[in-house]
Amino acid sequence: MSADLSQFFQVFFDESTEHLAEMERILLSIDPHAPDEEELHAVFRAAHSIKGGAATFGFGDMASTTHTLESLLDRVRHQELTLTAEMVDAFLETKDAIAMLLAGHRDNTPVDEAVVASACNKLRSIEGGEHHPAVEPVTDGAEALSTKSPDGTTEYRIVFTPPADLFKRGVRVEPLFEELVSLGELSVTARVEVFDDFNTYDPEQCYLCWDMTLLSAARLEELSDIFMFVADEDEIEIQIVEPASLHKESPALPETDSINNDNVSNPSPESPGRRLYDKNETAPNAFGRRPVDGTESSSIRVGVSKVDQLINQMGELVITQAMLAQTAQQFDPVLYESLHRGMALLQRNTRDLQESVMSIRMMPISFIFSRFPRLVHDLAAKLGKQAELKLVGETTELDKGLIEKLADPLTHLVRNSLDHGIESPEERRQAGKQPGGTIILRAAQTGGRIVIEVIDDGAGLNRSRILQKALENGLAVSDEMSDEEVWQLIFAPGFSTAEKVTDVSGRGVGMDVVMKNVQAMGGRVSITSESGKGSRVLVSLPLTLAILDGLSVRVGSETFIVPLNSIIESLQPQPDDLNTVSGNTTVRVRGEYLPLLRLNEIYSIKGAVAQPEQAVVMIVDAEGEQVALLVDELLNQHQVVIKSLETNYRKVDGTAGATILGDGHVALILDVGDLVHLWRKAPQI
Amino acid sequence: MEEMTSTMAESGAREYLTFTLGKEEYGMDILKVQEIRGYDAVTSIANAPQFLKGVINLRGVIVPIIDMRIKFNLGTVAYDEFTVVIIINVLGRVIGMVVDGVSDVVSLLPDQIKPPPEFGTGIDTQYITGIGTSNGQMLILTDIEKLMGGADMQLVENSADNHLDLAA
Repeated sequence: MSADLSQFFQVFFDESTEHLAEMERILLSIDPHAPDEEELHAVFRAAHSIKGGAATFGFGDMASTTHTLESLLDRVRHQELTLTAEMVDAFLETKDAIAMLLAGHRDNTPVDEAVVASACNKLRSIEGGEHHPAVEPVTDGAEALSTKSPDGTTEYRIVFTPPADLFKRGVRVEPLFEELVSLGELSVTARVEVFDDFNTYDPEQCYLCWDMTLLSAARLEELSDIFMFVADEDEIEIQIVEPASLHKESPALPETDSINNDNVSNPSPESPGRRLYDKNETAPNAFGRRPVDGTESSSIRVGVSKVDQLINQMGELVITQAMLAQTAQQFDPVLYESLHRGMALLQRNTRDLQESVMSIRMMPISFIFSRFPRLVHDLAAKLGKQAELKLVGETTELDKGLIEKLADPLTHLVRNSLDHGIESPEERRQAGKQPGGTIILRAAQTGGRIVIEVIDDGAGLNRSRILQKALENGLAVSDEMSDEEVWQLIFAPGFSTAEKVTDVSGRGVGMDVVMKNVQAMGGRVSITSESGKGSRVLVSLPLTLAILDGLSVRVGSETFIVPLNSIIESLQPQPDDLNTVSGNTTVRVRGEYLPLLRLNEIYSIKGAVAQPEQAVVMIVDAEGEQVALLVDELLNQHQVVIKSLETNYRKVDGTAGATILGDGHVALILDVGDLVHLWRKAPQI
Repeated sequence: MEEMTSTMAESGAREYLTFTLGKEEYGMDILKVQEIRGYDAVTSIANAPQFLKGVINLRGVIVPIIDMRIKFNLGTVAYDEFTVVIIINVLGRVIGMVVDGVSDVVSLLPDQIKPPPEFGTGIDTQYITGIGTSNGQMLILTDIEKLMGGADMQLVENSADNHLDLAA
């Protein structure tokens, strides 16, 4: 368990920063009166992902803060609570606090615990239905609530000392007063604070301060909310005038000498907790941004679309080069020696370039796999379970874009397996199993797809509980549904059968995230489960934009690419090795009788060689079983760039996509597994 | 000339690319057209409808090619150096359609477009938006987006094919 997690910190930080930015974007655009459900789900998912990551990497403070946020969000999302503007503010404040914690972990910047605690308190008080003023700029909070006068109104004394650049920031003061008037009885006195003489008078500066007295039933935080976007906490003082002192000669008058010139001209650079975004938006540390210093990171994050474009253009270059090379063949090497030398150089450079471009995208899946041993270890300890994680196929190469998007779903799947799948040691012993459970994380490339499996030997899915829960959630279900259909139910948003909500899982967000993320990658998720024996979640991803080593074969006048890793051998069969079983040809290869698939028949190609003994038979591996493919001849071995047919057309049965050959023509890439399905479905001749 | 175009635009005139299929002259919204190119060898797709000739490589993009002459049962289907492929951009996809020839770009005002006649059954008129006239010749205006998105084109995967594959 000594996996070095620090190499993934950067990814976590980057991802979390993205999640936070996304959260903020949505929260700022959300309409508290008519919130879009999908947006609430999105905010929740972002929070959930941050929490998951933070817990994985051992950032307990971030995890617990996010957990508080998530709890409230969850209730709002399930419409147990209605969203209010106050909540949105609290969410944003918490988001800033999380950003600050994140920056603290990343850059060791100072973290103001008080701000974090205040944000959490605010959330808890909202969730608890009570309204403790969590942020009290300047008051003795203890008495604050008990100072209501008999008619329910409180007298507030407000001193507003705006910064000199108030007007430059585009703040208008009149609406503030109007808003205060709407709350109660207001009297305002303006004071000219910092004003030397008319020679230096700048009409764009604000030289005024306002003293206000407000009689209102509004709560303190409602007042501070009004000033929220206008003033920092040291620019506004709100005090509650004690009822007893109402008749006295204003004893609580704020000390005006605290508002000195310095304060006005240089409005407090440090106020880390409060809404950094309304002012110091461009400050280096705002939003937990990394301060710009000399040590820029040695990697850059580039949009996947840019890399895609690069790869597409690379493909074009390779094709052009192949075309040129073909043309150059016609020139006499003796007369055009330099041309041929140039062509050879071009070919080498193109190949180097292609390799470099491709390597940008491909990464071994161990990049995400290796973070799980720690996760499983910590989580198992927390849950009081014993579990062992086995990693298989870590070297499977995967497109970088896919790797990044896989991290979240896989984390959820592994956590789910451990939390819901694996039983406690006692339960396991009672069921006659080893006390320690096993989780297998396996990746493999099969034909045209990358398949990742999360297998556990736990209790399996509980069919009746899923059905019952689905009914409660108002999903259309019936007892006659097949197991597969029932398992699919757990992908519905907000679906969870966990009896108690832990900070591990049970909110039903996990599978929802898994499905969304995997579908966004063009993949599918399927589940097989057997009660008492365990379950297996299979994530299958297309190989879009991956490269593939393939063998080009000719059938009639058509060219196909067969993925090299599914080919076992190729041979020319002897007439003796060919037999038929109720009309279907079989080929005998070293004592095994393999069914013969005639590509020309499956794809209705005319002019292909019909006699197997005059053609070539390829023994291929189709999802574990061996079949023989009949082709006319083998052409060449290439590295091909997989291009999706779905972009402009649709999936073609039996293929994993298409590629562009050296002569510019399109060739289909066979998906041997799918091809066998297609062949089985087709009426036999 | 410029003046003329701007007055046309103001009056709601739209430009149509006209193409021929057999003896008939058709028009489609010019904004849907990406480019026009000659017919090249295609890679045929198995088990696809007759009119889907196959796919081509258009500068690195795989583009399906549809022969409108087969689709509409018009003209003689021959492929020579005069065969034209109109590459169109509809439904977020790039599709190539084979026609007999491309003739012109014409501007038509809304009142120059007459509603399509009723043919009863036989010819599918649901993709025809109207009948225009250009240089004294009748022009059949088509809604190319609707045509390509139609279920019978089998270009867009229908929902039944999209369901989750549970055969794990």
